[in-house]
Amino acid sequence: MSKFLTASIGKKFIMSITGIFLMMFILVHLTINLLLIFDDTGELFNKGAHFMATNPVIKIVEPLLGLGFMIHILWSFVISYQNWRARPIRYAKSNPGESSTWASRNMLILGALVLVFLVTHIINFFWIIKFAPDSMESINGTNMENTYKLVSELFIESIPYCIVYIIGAILLGLHLTHGFWSAFQTLGLNNKNWMKRLEWIAKIYAVIVAVGFSVIPLYFMLVK
Amino acid sequence: MADKILKKLNIKVWRQNRASEKGKFETYTIENISTGSSFLEMLDILNNDLIEKGIDPIAFDHDCREGICGTCSLYINGRPHGPDTEITTCQLHMRKFKEGETIVIEPWRAKAFPVVKDLVVNRTAFDKILQAGGFISVNTGGVPDGNAIPVGYDDAEEAMDAAACIGCGACVAACKNSSAMLFVAAKVSHLAKLPQGKVEAKRRARNMIAKMDELGFGGCTNTGACEVECPKSISISNISRLNREYLVARFSE
Ligand code: HEM
Ligand code: SF4
Ligand code: FES
Repeated sequence: MSKFLTASIGKKFIMSITGIFLMMFILVHLTINLLLIFDDTGELFNKGAHFMATNPVIKIVEPLLGLGFMIHILWSFVISYQNWRARPIRYAKSNPGESSTWASRNMLILGALVLVFLVTHIINFFWIIKFAPDSMESINGTNMENTYKLVSELFIESIPYCIVYIIGAILLGLHLTHGFWSAFQTLGLNNKNWMKRLEWIAKIYAVIVAVGFSVIPLYFMLVK
Repeated sequence: MADKILKKLNIKVWRQNRASEKGKFETYTIENISTGSSFLEMLDILNNDLIEKGIDPIAFDHDCREGICGTCSLYINGRPHGPDTEITTCQLHMRKFKEGETIVIEPWRAKAFPVVKDLVVNRTAFDKILQAGGFISVNTGGVPDGNAIPVGYDDAEEAMDAAACIGCGACVAACKNSSAMLFVAAKVSHLAKLPQGKVEAKRRARNMIAKMDELGFGGCTNTGACEVECPKSISISNISRLNREYLVARFSE
């Protein structure tokens, strides 16, 4: 097993499994977030966020998710460093744009920028909701953090934050234009017929993520 | 139709005496090159000039000069085998270049392909990968009957497509990670698709990947550059098959 984890394909396997797990999380996260713009009283979103924070399955998934992020990020630096070392002398003149997409060559840069966003995001919301709730609300008798208030106030008050969130969403989308189909290729779940299909599904998924997460700050910035 | 003549070209080329010495770029000018001549013929003409001037000619690899052996290499103007697609350097013609242009020529760059001299690199790493598993073991004896082992049409086609790999190393040169995955994928796939290759499939995938890693090639990040630059257009769907073969081999241990 240790041999598997240090082999090139083994390391890629880890990236792919954690990546797919993170992509599933992103979809759930987006679905809940979109409740923000479909109910201006915030009740729907608060209920959704409260449910996501308290249901028993989340208790198991949340630490797994943290672990998934850590492994994906740590591994990405290890892999990138090792791949970089495989070419000690660089080319003087190189035309990589002729044969591959920019996103596919810059997964680490895109990932690292997403990471910067992720840290901001955790400080802005996750941390406050979890450890320093400052505004509570009671819906149907249950006390819960007024997450709607937290999110909507941040976006309404600060245009720079809105822009940071939109850029974050676009960067993640770019990461996934390549990451999505690449994850299946890595697992061996691809062939001649599925190649084009997976690339298309990747594009659609990436656009949904980028547009979906951008719409929310845009809504508060422009409509509210 | 007479071919156009390129009156003047600048050739910026990597010069390195031996593996242990440091190399550097030199720029030479060359005059009156027919657009109908091949890239290697252009280098031959340049080398004649250099010899007349008492300069050591540029060492570069070549053999068949008809696009089938995989010996010629060269990273030309930022791309393996130069600006044309689906060809080797010996099949590249000077009509792909412009009057007065500076053409930059570099050797394949990879830790696993050290420079021997100038543009010649040592590609024995590929042979070592093949020796680790790119074969089938058979008992010698009489020649088996043709068609004794039935092979489906699609399988035969895919095996033949993968077998088109000429081991040139352009995939490694093109890859930002200097990964040999397309080469290994081609060599694993042309056997994996045939009944004769199935017997040793697990051992083959495991040993060839272990050897590839050991020799200092990078890992695959699925950029797809290898497929685009491969003179035989080996598909990266073979890499997915290699991943599958390897994972199956590992998980069934
Ligand atoms: C929610 C966030 C993220 C998601 C959904 C995600 C998803 C993915 C997926 C699906 C892959 C493809 C795996 C494969 O090719 O087999 C991938 C690759 C990669 N990710 Fe992420 N990722 C995220 C965050 C990050 C972060 C924060 C970093 C780094 C700082 C990062 C760095 C990378 C790198 C370098 C690769 C390429 C690895 C390779 O191709 O070998 N990712 N990601
Ligand atoms: S896969 Fe293509 S580029 Fe790589 S060695 Fe074979 S023929 Fe050359
Ligand atoms: S010299 Fe044989 S392929 Fe170019």
